[in-house]
Amino acid sequence: MNQLLFVKNLSVSFTFPHTTMHIVRNLSFNVNRGETLGIVGESGCGKSMMAKSLIGLLPEMQAKMISGTVVYKGQDMLKKNQREMRSFLGKEISMVFQDPMASLNPTIKIGNQVGEGYKNHHKGVGRDKVKQRVITLLAQLGMSEPETRYHQYPHQLSGGMRQRVAIAIATITEPELLIADEPTTSLDATMRTHVLDMLKAIQKKRGMSMILITHDFSVVTHLCERIAVMYAGDIIETAPTQDLLKSPKHPYTRSLIDVIPRIDMPPGQSLGTVEGTPPDLSLTPLGCSFANRCPNVKQVCRSRKPNRVQLSKSRCVSCWLYDRHEARETP
Amino acid sequence: MNTVPLIETKHLFKTFRLKKGFLTAIDDVSLFIYPGETLGLVGESGCGKTVLARVLMRLYREDRGEILFQGKNIAKCHPKTIQQLRSDMQYIFQDPHASLNPRMSAQKIIAEPLDIHRLGSSEKRKQRVFELLSLVGLTPDHARRFPHELSGGQCQRISIARALALHPKLMICDEPTTALDVSIQAQIINLLKKLQKEKGLAYLLISHDLTTVKYLSDRIAVMYFGKLIELTSSAQLYARPLHPYTRALLASTLTLEQSRRQKYIHLSSTRKPSKRSPPSGGCVFYSRCPKAMPMCRVKPPIWKEVSKTHGVACHLYR
Repeated sequence: MNQLLFVKNLSVSFTFPHTTMHIVRNLSFNVNRGETLGIVGESGCGKSMMAKSLIGLLPEMQAKMISGTVVYKGQDMLKKNQREMRSFLGKEISMVFQDPMASLNPTIKIGNQVGEGYKNHHKGVGRDKVKQRVITLLAQLGMSEPETRYHQYPHQLSGGMRQRVAIAIATITEPELLIADEPTTSLDATMRTHVLDMLKAIQKKRGMSMILITHDFSVVTHLCERIAVMYAGDIIETAPTQDLLKSPKHPYTRSLIDVIPRIDMPPGQSLGTVEGTPPDLSLTPLGCSFANRCPNVKQVCRSRKPNRVQLSKSRCVSCWLYDRHEARETP
Repeated sequence: MNTVPLIETKHLFKTFRLKKGFLTAIDDVSLFIYPGETLGLVGESGCGKTVLARVLMRLYREDRGEILFQGKNIAKCHPKTIQQLRSDMQYIFQDPHASLNPRMSAQKIIAEPLDIHRLGSSEKRKQRVFELLSLVGLTPDHARRFPHELSGGQCQRISIARALALHPKLMICDEPTTALDVSIQAQIINLLKKLQKEKGLAYLLISHDLTTVKYLSDRIAVMYFGKLIELTSSAQLYARPLHPYTRALLASTLTLEQSRRQKYIHLSSTRKPSKRSPPSGGCVFYSRCPKAMPMCRVKPPIWKEVSKTHGVACHLYR
C-alpha cells in the first residue's frame, strides 16, 4: 500500500451556548506517499480546522466533538493521547502555519526556535551539532547570512524570511508528511513563487508527502498533483490537477476557476463570480449545501444529500448531476 | 484619448529621514493618468508604490518635483485648497477592516465625506448614502451595521461607497483585493470595472498581483526601489516586456497555465539590496540582474522612450 494517510468520515463540531457549528462534515480523503494534495476552498469552509483536527491541534474546548477515523501508517491518530502525540508530531507529521508572525515566538532567537524540534526528537545530540544543522538548513532555504540569522529575533526579519523560518521549523525533523496551511498568503508575488519552489525542492529531495491548503488555485496548480475542493466542511470534488482545470465537474469548482483573472483574457470580458455567500455552518441543510448558490440546481438537490460518485479511478465528485441512479429514479 | 492628463507628476522625489541616514522612497518618478483611464502600478513590497500614492493624495509632502492636477500644480498649494482637491481624488485602502472606524455604522462612514464637505441637507445626505449603497451592491439594511458585522468583501464595498460619495474623478486603489478571498476578489474587480464605465473614473491601481492589474489596467507602470523602470500599455507589457526586472516579475506570476512558468528567471531575494543603503552610482537592479553589464554598475540608466507608448530605464535599450 502506498497510502500514507487515510481519512474517513471525519466530522468536527463545536458547541457554543446558543449554536452548534458543524465545521467538518463527514469528510474522506487520502494522501499517497510522495504526493502533494492541494485542498482548495473559500475562507470559512473549514480547511484549517480540518487540518488541525488531523493532528490533534484543535483548541481545547469541552464542547468539541470529533468523529471518524484518521489512519496514518496504520495507526489511528484520533485515539492517541497527548503524550503519544508529542513524540509523533514533528518526527512524522509537521505543519507550517498561515501567519509567520503569529506562529513564531517573538522572544526566542531564530536558531533556538528552529533547533527545538530537532533537539526533542534526537536526544543526546550535542549543541554544536544542532546549531550546525540549523545553519545548514537555513542556508538551504536560501537565507542570506545564516549565522547572523541564527542569533536574530523574528521581528528583525522580513515577511518572506519569517515564512522560511516557519518552513525550517517544520522540516528540520524530516517529517514524512508536511501540512502547509496557506504558506504563502501573506507574501508578495515574487516571494510567493520563491517559497513555493523551495517547498517543492525540499519535497523532491526527501520524498515527503504534502497537504497544501489554500484558497488560491494558481498556487495549487503550481505545486500539487491532486486537488480536493472543499465546500462547507466537506470535500466535493477530487481530481488530478490538470483534469480538474480542464474539465471541472462540480458547479462550485467550475465557478471557483472562473473567478481567477487570466493573463491571456481578452480585455473587457468580465470575470465570473460565485453568487451568494457561503452557508451558515450552524445549520445542516437537508440537501446539498451548495444548492442555494448553484446555477444547475435541481429539485433533488434541495431535498437529499448527493452521494460521492466515482467518475474514474482518480476522480470523484459529490453532485446530483453525475449520479446515474438518481437520473433513473426521478422522472 | 484626451490630451490633458488628469494628474501628472514630474520628477517627483520623496526621502524619509531615519535615525541613521535617509531612505529614498521615490526617486525621480514622472507619470500621468488620463481621465477615465486605469494606470496599474506594480512592484515588490517596499518599492515605494504606496508612498507614491500617498504623495499624490497629499498625505505626504514631496521633497522636489511637481504634481499637476488637471494642469494645475498642487504641490505647493494651501491646505484649504487641498481639502477641496480631495473631493476629486479618493483613496481605497488595502485592509478594509482597518480602514473603517469600528465605532461608526456603515451609514455614518459613508456620510462622513458629505458631512465634511457640507453637501446637502441631512435628509439629502441620507438619501445619497442609500444611493451609494445600492451602487456598490449592498442593501439599505447594511446601513445600520458596524464594520465588525460585515464580511471583508462587504467592508471593501463600504470603503468604495465612501470614496464615491463626493463624485471623484480619480480613485487611488491601494491593493483593493489583496486581503480578500479569490471569489470575493472577482466581485470587487467587477464592481470597480462597472463603476469606471458608469462614472468615467480614472484609477491608479496599486498591486503586486500582476493578473489583476493586467485585467483592469490600460497602462502599467513598474516600480523598483522607488524608481520607475518601465511604463507601457498593459497588452504590450505582457507581450513584449523589456526590462529584465519586468520579465522576472512576469515569470514569477503564478497562472493556471503552467507552460508560462518555463520562462522563469530566478530572482534571488538574497541579493536584494538594503533600502537604507541603496547601490549608489549605477542601476539599482544591478545586483540581481541576469543581464548586468559592467556599465550598469557605474552609470544609472536614463529613461528612454522605445516607442511612443513604451518607456524603459535600462542600459540594454540605448
